[in-house]
Amino acid sequence: MSTSSLVPAPILALPWKILLLVSAIAGFGLLILYSAAGARMTWALPQAVRFVVFLTMAIAMSRVHPDRYKMAAFPTYALVLVLLMLVEALGFVGGGAQRWLDLGVIRLQPSELMKPVIVITVAAFYSSLPPAEIRRWNAIWPAALLIGIPWALVLIQPDLGTATMVLAGGMTVMFLAGLPLRLFIGGAAVLAVAGPVAFSFLHEYQQRRVLIFMDPDADPLGAGYHISQSKIAIGSGGLFGKGFLNGTQSHLDYLPEGHTDFIFATMAEEWGLMGGIFLIACFAMVIKWGIGVALDAKDRFARLTAAGLTTTIFFYVAINLMMVMGLAPVVGIPLPLVSYGGSAMLTIMLCLGILMSIERQNVRERRR
Amino acid sequence: MSWHSMRRRARPIITESNQAYTFTRRAMVLGGAQGLVAALLAGRMGWISIAENEHYNLLSESNRVQMRLIPPRRGWIVDRTGQPIAINRSDFRVDLIPDRIIDEDRIIFELTRLLELPPEEVERIREELKRAAGYQPVPVAENLDYEKYAAVTVRLPELPGVSPLRSFSRSYPEGAAVGHLVGYVGTPNKQEYEKEDKNPLLITPGFKVGKEGLEKVLEPRLRGRPGAQRVEVTARGKLVRELSTLPDRGGGMLQLTIDAGLQAFAARRLGPESGSVVVIDCLTGDILALASMPAYDPNAFTDGISQKEWKMLSQDERKPLLNKSLNGLYPPGSTFKPMVAMALLRAGIDPEQRVNCPGGFQLGNRFFRCLGRHGSMNMHTAIARSCNTYFYSMGRRAGIDVISAMGKSLGFGQKFDLPVVSQNYGTMPSAEWKKARYERSKKLVERPDWTESDTLNTSIGQGFVIVNPLQLAIMSSRIASGLDIQPHLIREKRAAPKPLPYPKEHFDAVRAGMWEVVNGHGTAGRSKLEVPGVEMGGKTGTAQVRRITGGQRGQSGAWKYRDHGLFVCFAPTAAPRYAASVVIEHGMGGARAAAPVAKDVLTWLYDKPKALASLATFEEQWGGDIKARMEAEARRWDLTNPPRPANGAT
Repeated sequence: MSTSSLVPAPILALPWKILLLVSAIAGFGLLILYSAAGARMTWALPQAVRFVVFLTMAIAMSRVHPDRYKMAAFPTYALVLVLLMLVEALGFVGGGAQRWLDLGVIRLQPSELMKPVIVITVAAFYSSLPPAEIRRWNAIWPAALLIGIPWALVLIQPDLGTATMVLAGGMTVMFLAGLPLRLFIGGAAVLAVAGPVAFSFLHEYQQRRVLIFMDPDADPLGAGYHISQSKIAIGSGGLFGKGFLNGTQSHLDYLPEGHTDFIFATMAEEWGLMGGIFLIACFAMVIKWGIGVALDAKDRFARLTAAGLTTTIFFYVAINLMMVMGLAPVVGIPLPLVSYGGSAMLTIMLCLGILMSIERQNVRERRR
Repeated sequence: MSWHSMRRRARPIITESNQAYTFTRRAMVLGGAQGLVAALLAGRMGWISIAENEHYNLLSESNRVQMRLIPPRRGWIVDRTGQPIAINRSDFRVDLIPDRIIDEDRIIFELTRLLELPPEEVERIREELKRAAGYQPVPVAENLDYEKYAAVTVRLPELPGVSPLRSFSRSYPEGAAVGHLVGYVGTPNKQEYEKEDKNPLLITPGFKVGKEGLEKVLEPRLRGRPGAQRVEVTARGKLVRELSTLPDRGGGMLQLTIDAGLQAFAARRLGPESGSVVVIDCLTGDILALASMPAYDPNAFTDGISQKEWKMLSQDERKPLLNKSLNGLYPPGSTFKPMVAMALLRAGIDPEQRVNCPGGFQLGNRFFRCLGRHGSMNMHTAIARSCNTYFYSMGRRAGIDVISAMGKSLGFGQKFDLPVVSQNYGTMPSAEWKKARYERSKKLVERPDWTESDTLNTSIGQGFVIVNPLQLAIMSSRIASGLDIQPHLIREKRAAPKPLPYPKEHFDAVRAGMWEVVNGHGTAGRSKLEVPGVEMGGKTGTAQVRRITGGQRGQSGAWKYRDHGLFVCFAPTAAPRYAASVVIEHGMGGARAAAPVAKDVLTWLYDKPKALASLATFEEQWGGDIKARMEAEARRWDLTNPPRPANGAT
């Protein structure tokens, strides 16, 4: 009771648990970036600024009522879809793939925006669908279309990783919305059969990545280099790591992308299994919090959105870690809040902002 | 219950509340699955970092730490007195590591500018870069002066893939004079690399292996053991720091039986001629000189020989690439006669028995010619005057079997245990040899059975007989000392040679004849040693290159058809110590071309200033010493073979 007099109520009302958790992850990430840059602030400083800006944005977003997001869902979706098509049309060729839209001030990556947007849109669709319709064909095709179009657009960019995440995010909401289970089981079966067929449609460099993922040591100096070096970094870290600033894999440039996609390996080399457990535990707590928010929510849109966005964060982390540990092909998914770069952080903060908005609403409803 | 209601029950109405229940259930399943994945990832990480930690630690170390081999310094080759024959001198070089090059064109352009590389070198570097496999360095330039080396070193950060190195390169102070003897070293080729199971030392920049001569044969003794430097490097190969260094162990010093001064003198004394001088210590078998000229300069090979130099060497009719002392084969001519005389004595022929020489010897309907009408000849005068008739007649009496056995016993047709790349051991013919030879090929031998005319030809060192200069020197030393001399090139403690199983009187008779050749009424009287108290015994020889046709006797005409001049000798006659053979290709006569060389070479052993004074006079006539003449020849070659004009020139 005494604290309330010292600290203003709006600040006290902030979701401190999640904010501290996220800050812990990002703070640890800054340490890793400092080390990866060779004990320099080259990457840590811009990343810190970005984190503060995006976190402020997320807190601001938490003040917006979830219904607003529901209303904004379809227009936003349409806008991002147009941007995606624009990328295709006037796309800027960078890194062998057309992903960026140069708006002068910033380089926008619409596919990144699509990750949270697809969740909100599909959630909005199901929340407006009468419960009786859920087992009908009408409950399936509009959602399939909503997901399928951006998925296809991202896939032809080509960006297998992001396309997969868009698909997974949308499908998760469909699953949570209560579509018959046999659809998903059947879908998985079809996928198992169609997988090899789809493989033949992949770009050559993607095919190679998949094949190398199966056997990274076959060509350790070629394209399997990423996975091999990443495993060496993690494996040589041991239980407690080689010590802060003492990683050789990252500092001697053996580990490629050591500050972006493979930052987990950079971390693991210096902090060992302990550092890894810490990060995984932090992310698990974020996920647990997110699922908790979803379960607490009373409104169907809020529930679906919260669970869907949480799963999007989960996919980010899971795909990145699997890739780094040699359990998934190299698809170019960064580790959220830790990897250097703005796009992924923006996406995660959008997710967190909406999640915090839903939590805020939950608390209010409970008080009522 | 109606059909209709049955269907209805199968499809229950879904309300908001049971939809919320489904959501809760599925969300929990989803959350549980995510937790499971998190646990799985933590487990996987634990497996990699704990269970496989050792394995990955090793890989990480092998990433970080690179072994850089330090090529061992090659062992010196010195002569019997310790004077250097092959040494190492400090050298600056620049190499390219293909794997690490970024922007090849720019790097080559920069290097061309800094090192002033000629266009043909740039072309070679580009070619080699195309063929180079990964780490194998491509040499850019060797023997750089310090300024150029430093110019590259200071610009190193902007020249990825360029590797400047301080190393050692082989140097031969006597140059071409020891060319055939020691051979040369060079960068290992692919075959050599694979033959040594891809020994990484062989692809270390600056490392050379023996390619010819002693350098090649004695490679294991000369090479030494490489050192290693453990260095921490980045993925791009940039050196971070040195961790530890294991010093190299240089190759062992190799002492030869050769006398470097004598070797150089002999090579110089051969002058512009094509030929060989072999000098042997006839008490021990130590080879004191093994000179073959013209020769290549082994220093030129160390730096990598240019196409022009190679063309010059391989197109020369005097065959500077052939070691004539070991691989040159010649009919011995009359230098064979001391051996034949030994055989005659062995056959029981009385050396005092006389044969009349009317200018030749009639065998059936064929007349075998002598070079003169010598009249009445015994063994002593027949050796001194080189009378063919005596040897025809007596050789026929003794028969080929005795001659052939004696020839082999004195070294002909034999290969010696020497550390050399190859020896052409020639032919010491016998009846069995002829038969075997006939069965193999009918080109050289027209009929399988040995004939008396074969014996006659063999008796004067013609016909089927071919020998190399080393064998001539061995014959000479065995006759001079009466010992079963084996030639040696490496100076080591050895058991003294055993005496040959022939009576002393036989040797004395032949030696006396050889004394007469030089010091009495003989064929080489003009080549008498002018050293007080030292007399030389010898035997001249003139060998036909082709069968005599018409009146021409190989004394004129094209150089390559002229007779070879040969000479074998030993000194001092009172107590023989040195034996030698001299072969002058197409020198027209032993007395004329070979004996004077032998005289000067033996003089050097007793009176160096006198020998050098004589040489100075000759070199003035010839146009300088070996190096000066070779340079002049290269300039002449350039004039007659002008380099092709560069592209674009009009």
